[in-house]
Amino acid sequence: MSKRDLLLDRSKAGARGCTLPVLDVPPSELPDASLLREELVLPEVSEIELVRYFTALSRLNFSVDTGFYPLGSCTMKYNPKWHEAIAQLPGFSQLHPLQPVDTVQGALRLMFELQGYLAEIVGLDATSLAPMAGAQGELTGAMMVRAYHRHRGQGQRNIMLVPDTAHGTNAATVTMCGFEQMTVRSTQEGDVDLDDLRPKLSDRVAALMLTIPNTLGLFDRNTLEISRLVHDCGALLYCDGANLNAVIGRTKLGELGFDLVQMNLHKTFSTPHGGGGPGAGPVCVKEFLKDFLPTPVVIYREGRQAAYEFARPAKSIGKVSAFYGNFGVLVKAYAYIRTLGAGGLREVSDNAVINANYLQKKLKDDYHLPHDRTCLHEFVISASRQKDKGVTALDIAKRLLDYGFHPPTMYFPLVVSQALMIEPTETESKETLDEFIAAMKMIAKEAEENPELLHSAPHNTPMRRLDEVAAARKLNLRWTPKGNDRCRRT
Amino acid sequence: MTSPYIANNDQDRQAMLGEIGVTSVEELFIDIPPSQRQANFRLPPALSEAELVRELNELAASNAHQGRYSCFLGAGSYRHFIPGVVTNLIGRSEFLTPYTPYQAEVSQGTLQAIYEYQSLVCQLTGMGVSNAGMYDGATALAEAALMACRITGRKVVAILSGVNPAYQEVVRTYSQGLGITPAIVEAKALSLGPDHACLLVQNPDFFGCLERLEDYAQLAHAAGALLVVVVDPISLGLLKPPGEAGADIVVAEGQPLGIPPSFGGPSLGIFACREEYLRHMPGRIVGQTVDMDGETGYVLTLQTREQHIRRERATSNICTNSAWLALAATIYLAALGKQGLKELSQLCYHKAHYAAARISRLKGYSLVFDRPFFKEFAIRCPVAPSYINRRLLERGIIGGLDLSPTVENGMLLCVTELHTRGDIDRLVGELEAIGSEVPA
Amino acid sequence: MDPRELRYAESHEWVFEKDGIATVGITDFAAARLGDIVFLELVSVGSKVKQFEKLGELESVKAVAVIFSPLSGEVVAVNEALKEEPDLVRKDPFGESWLVKLTADDVSELNNLMSFQEYQEFISRQEG
Repeated sequence: MSKRDLLLDRSKAGARGCTLPVLDVPPSELPDASLLREELVLPEVSEIELVRYFTALSRLNFSVDTGFYPLGSCTMKYNPKWHEAIAQLPGFSQLHPLQPVDTVQGALRLMFELQGYLAEIVGLDATSLAPMAGAQGELTGAMMVRAYHRHRGQGQRNIMLVPDTAHGTNAATVTMCGFEQMTVRSTQEGDVDLDDLRPKLSDRVAALMLTIPNTLGLFDRNTLEISRLVHDCGALLYCDGANLNAVIGRTKLGELGFDLVQMNLHKTFSTPHGGGGPGAGPVCVKEFLKDFLPTPVVIYREGRQAAYEFARPAKSIGKVSAFYGNFGVLVKAYAYIRTLGAGGLREVSDNAVINANYLQKKLKDDYHLPHDRTCLHEFVISASRQKDKGVTALDIAKRLLDYGFHPPTMYFPLVVSQALMIEPTETESKETLDEFIAAMKMIAKEAEENPELLHSAPHNTPMRRLDEVAAARKLNLRWTPKGNDRCRRT
Repeated sequence: MTSPYIANNDQDRQAMLGEIGVTSVEELFIDIPPSQRQANFRLPPALSEAELVRELNELAASNAHQGRYSCFLGAGSYRHFIPGVVTNLIGRSEFLTPYTPYQAEVSQGTLQAIYEYQSLVCQLTGMGVSNAGMYDGATALAEAALMACRITGRKVVAILSGVNPAYQEVVRTYSQGLGITPAIVEAKALSLGPDHACLLVQNPDFFGCLERLEDYAQLAHAAGALLVVVVDPISLGLLKPPGEAGADIVVAEGQPLGIPPSFGGPSLGIFACREEYLRHMPGRIVGQTVDMDGETGYVLTLQTREQHIRRERATSNICTNSAWLALAATIYLAALGKQGLKELSQLCYHKAHYAAARISRLKGYSLVFDRPFFKEFAIRCPVAPSYINRRLLERGIIGGLDLSPTVENGMLLCVTELHTRGDIDRLVGELEAIGSEVPA
Repeated sequence: MDPRELRYAESHEWVFEKDGIATVGITDFAAARLGDIVFLELVSVGSKVKQFEKLGELESVKAVAVIFSPLSGEVVAVNEALKEEPDLVRKDPFGESWLVKLTADDVSELNNLMSFQEYQEFISRQEG
């Protein structure tokens, strides 16, 4: 058997990975055969086979727990171990979402308090914990913006302004909510270009979505002016909070003029990414938007036996999930905030920003730094200097794997060619950063002296560079029995 | 108190600030308006792990959970046995702490697991292709409705009234702004026209009843609309896969597949469709390929559908999904395997039917529907279900979902393999006792 | 096709018009910039398009390029060979790898397009 054989290739008739209780009631007649399935193809493997297989797979992964992961805009910080155990407590994990509220007061209290903590951290007034990821938080926010304007008889406001440095989710969210996207340019220095913004503001603009700090890791120096301009035209100011690790414990978005924000708990509040999710994307808003929040929110009523209950905001945009959002993720974020307190949150942003500026300073001799100014939690270098030797950002990223580091985010933001976006996070030590710097300097040297070494990287990983073109041309998206053409064209 | 999650000490920070060329960290926040750099935060004081573990243990213990109580709630969240091997394997750091597998060379574990997941979802549903998963069943359904509108260029989404009301509402939420009209339709006298993009059907429906999907497929296709089916994945150990019955898109709540209920989330949205609609599908997809040495491996593919490339023209804005729980579902399906899933679905079926038969023979109680069902069924009670549930709770039982006023004195009960005959008999006994107090 | 005899759009399509039939393709510059092409989608024969409206899309692994129609008209032919093997677009962009043929509604629209010389200057500015 090949080490990469799939579960269905490993199947042995009769093998099984767990047993079930025997039937202890008299059987009933099954439904009409026309409603039933004839054949079921699923793996037949023993428990030890399963354990060996998935353990072997796990060892092919790079993860925060195995190494430095400076993936820009993803905030790959350390995830505290004990949070997992807490989220798995039966009193949290075994709660049915439709239990009577008086049987789940502890869970509701946790949610109520978290609503308050998050609102306090961003300086806004009310929170919905319902969105299940950052992008869904954005969508929730955009829907609230739309509902708010329509409620005020301003339904013609159908344009969403999005800076050219924005995450792709912003643009996709705008479309998904039926808005028209209008791009706002950035200046050479990385701030929103006010001269480009001003003529775009009109009574058709619903909101401006601004990422704080932006994807260049820069705090827009015109933030207060942008806020004034946007509000003067009757539009709202939305914050994409994906990068809040740079400012938590220091700056309140509400005081900067933001009306609403989505937060990515799996970034800033240290819940693990799980290879792509689940996360949580709560939305916080100013008082005047509170009635538009998705349903339900948790409220507290003094003097009742079951003081915490669910409520539907008066002009709610509706439900965005079947139940109340990703409660199991919320538990971990709650534990994180309680561990750190206000002072600890401030330490997070301070250390994240020191680490990023240290790396930026140490790398700028060897790599082009298009925005050479103090950054916050991340910064973007360009491989343009190396590109002249035929070495791309991709080559550098792949070579970093050989040195045992996860590469930075590549080719984003779009305003920087050959971009490498680096976010070290606060949890990394100076020693780790120094090792990374040494590797990056070595790679810069290799780009000069032996570019071929980079083109063919990585060399020391579980697999060599994979052929994405072949994957897209000859689609093979699921198992088929051996003997069939495994590379079926879809 | 220094945070346990920060590796550097003051000396490190001073050295780094020196290298950066500043004297204090304040100087690094120079771009933030001075009045906004030092906000005050009213948050509880930091506590140690020991103190918080104790407090959170107490908080958790204050909830009445399904481990301590016998619980008959379903309606979209289900309690099934989770084999220890699932919890143990997904708990490995190498699965829990990576990001989305964009760097394929060091993400083969996650990528191959997703490919396994896609393969098993296709087998289970009878569909041609599956994505890597969505947030939950409700949003998967909403995305399916939007996808059907894109494919057909039509704007009306017909929702059969038997679809979970919470799912209906999420479809409504997602429709706002796009000019899409969700229309609730009844099975009787159902007719679809040239404006209908799709018909959304749940099987088993919200009340547990089984639908004949072929009839709906015929109706939808005759009108040029797509058939979107929501299923309970556990039922597919027994029931005909919707792909064989003519479904175009199949979605499901993946929580029953090895994922704890967790008060409603996080869970997993299963999403599969016919191959011809692949390029319209939202979410990530993993494909098989080879590396430079010709070795078989896996990568994210068809990414041009996604937000990070197609931006405002993407098929969805979804980015973070539920990869870790898709892994749980994959291991769960493999652990149960072919025989296990068949047995499991039959256990649920027979136990639910035993419970339904006994309850329907009690004085004052009856089944609301005279139709085949799977593991959930609606009963009509002699008194208000809210009253019955309060009484049951006093006896350590969490009763079913109160269906009133939709169904007068109606209660939706769910029975799975975790209910023993003793649990069911005890529920029946309590219902009988409560019912007998009602004057004839 | 001699590139010097074609007219060009800023979105990198070329067009060759003869007797009211316009042949449309994309330029070698655009094809090279996109990299390995893995998917091509074109409007179907019989579709009517306006000048600068969408004709289809070309995809590489990490990018999508929208193809706009350089002229208004009705599509009378699409290059079926490319659907099977879209990467042919890069091999012979000015010859075998034309994308569609359409009936030109209004040949004066050619005046909205660039000459070969103008296009060369246009792309040299883009590269810089």
